[in-house]
Amino acid sequence: MNNVKTVYKKSEGLTDKYMTYCPGCTHGVIHKIVAEVLVELDVLDRTIGISSVGCSVLNYDFFNCDMQQAAHGRAPAVATGIKRVRPNSIIFTYQGDGDLASIGIAEAIHAAHRGENITIVFVNNAIYGMTGGQMAPTTLIGQKTTTSPNGRDAKTQGLPLRIAEMMATIPGATYIERVSVHNPQHVRKAKKALMKAFTIQKENKGFTLIEFISTCPVNWGMTPKDAVDWAVDNMIPYYPLGVFKDATVGEEK
Amino acid sequence: MSKVLMKGNEAMALAAIKAGCEAFYGYPITPQNELPEYLSKHMALHGRVFVQAESEVAAINMVYGAAGAGARVLTSSSSPGIALKQEGISYMAGAELPAVIINVMRGGPGLGGIQPSQADYKQITRGGGNGDYYLYALAPETLQEAVDLIKEAFDIADYYRNPVMIAVDGLIGQMMEPVDLDREVPKWDLTPKTWVADGNRKNRERNVINSLYLDPNDLENHNLHLKEKFDDMRKNHQRYELVNMKNAEIAIVAYGSVSRIARTAIEILAEQGIKCGILRPITLFPYPKKAFHALPKTVKDLLVVEMSTGQMLEDVKLSNECHLPVHFFGRVGGIIPEAQEIVDKVLEIVGGEKHE
Repeated sequence: MNNVKTVYKKSEGLTDKYMTYCPGCTHGVIHKIVAEVLVELDVLDRTIGISSVGCSVLNYDFFNCDMQQAAHGRAPAVATGIKRVRPNSIIFTYQGDGDLASIGIAEAIHAAHRGENITIVFVNNAIYGMTGGQMAPTTLIGQKTTTSPNGRDAKTQGLPLRIAEMMATIPGATYIERVSVHNPQHVRKAKKALMKAFTIQKENKGFTLIEFISTCPVNWGMTPKDAVDWAVDNMIPYYPLGVFKDATVGEEK
Repeated sequence: MSKVLMKGNEAMALAAIKAGCEAFYGYPITPQNELPEYLSKHMALHGRVFVQAESEVAAINMVYGAAGAGARVLTSSSSPGIALKQEGISYMAGAELPAVIINVMRGGPGLGGIQPSQADYKQITRGGGNGDYYLYALAPETLQEAVDLIKEAFDIADYYRNPVMIAVDGLIGQMMEPVDLDREVPKWDLTPKTWVADGNRKNRERNVINSLYLDPNDLENHNLHLKEKFDDMRKNHQRYELVNMKNAEIAIVAYGSVSRIARTAIEILAEQGIKCGILRPITLFPYPKKAFHALPKTVKDLLVVEMSTGQMLEDVKLSNECHLPVHFFGRVGGIIPEAQEIVDKVLEIVGGEKHE
């Protein structure tokens, strides 16, 4: 079998633990590309990941690096605490939309505001997944959840919060991009965005946040295929993809 | 070393620097502001970290992060701010992270006031946040004692891998006293922090800092492991002082600033021929139960004096096991009891209820 060569293998940035995510959820893909970027940048040994509260709470078991589990919404504060005493480490938080856009919005804003040299991986699936499908700040108008059974109503429940756009207005932020992982082409684009963000951190250039459009087939009540289609048809029009802030533009190489 | 005249909050801040504190994360609140203000200047001069957080909640979670990365870390606040920090304190107890927390207590409930108080006693001694845990809690009565205990507190926190609280009232934070910052304090036997998640793992497996145990069997075992630490504190590290107990017929139980006022009260009482001692808890947790067994047989009454409506009474009654009558005098809302008020209460007790 001299002709056998490895063309693909699981990233060394991931452990061998079975992931706890539901079929059709995009957390697995996002974990994979985060892990690959950490390996490709050769920073895995000095990386500390911060797990948040939500579906990804157990990802301290999945990422093959030092990990610290944070209270609900507080991951950017925990990241700040670590980065200030261990400035040579690479720090990422991994947060859902309930964690970051709701209970942890102050911590996210102020980490950006202080220009903390950390990377936030923000996964937006427009719902609280872990707790069983309640309305999130990012839930779309008309979207039915267990706490908006008649569909989200802007009059009483407000309009969905656009995190990437909002974070881009913060002077201290360096790089903000929204990506999606609904097909291989976008997975590659998303990985490029992560590469950009972690490279900025590695070069001590400040705060970066990558927002991922994600799916929740179980709590959306859809098949995995329908969930992907729903994200493309409904989420991306309201949450457009792209770079919302890049303070490194124009820098001399 | 010579003594220097310093304000309480600043002396406590300098004590933390002397103890090797690497990072401070806090949020402004009266009456402890001089502490972070001092550190904002002096931590930088020592090449250490000072961050003014966006809230107490963020500050304590920064402490959690830095402690998980192996740093000696401090936060300070006052009562309403300490209430906000309970989330992170509970997480630190759960994840077994060391940190020192200084609470310069003010009156409550709610926004309360900014004058001295001891109304956080229950919160301090019952854990404070969610779950089954305790803080090692020290209540100094002088600046010298505060400085010495803060220096030792970092060792205690590292030894137990548990948060340690320094509980002072606003009076100690705000007053000036001569203090020697270089006094020797007991050194604890510490082992290297092999458990840290500091992103420096060339020669070790990855570490995880976590308080989540979804399997109830695991969580029960974890809770029992934590209990062993708290039982060890109870068994081996109660601290107290007995003052003027020889032939005392009554003992005042008081801690912090109140015990200093009690010292004046017992002098006045001595002039009137009444022998009154002081039982001063130095650890609020573990509560110094042993002190009650050490009382001389001549003591017939206990008088608890606090700047609260009697939050320590239960601990005194439980420690005393209903052996002696327990009386109470307290001032609240930021009012500091006067020595003469304590004297009058003692006279009322010994005069009204003679013990032969």
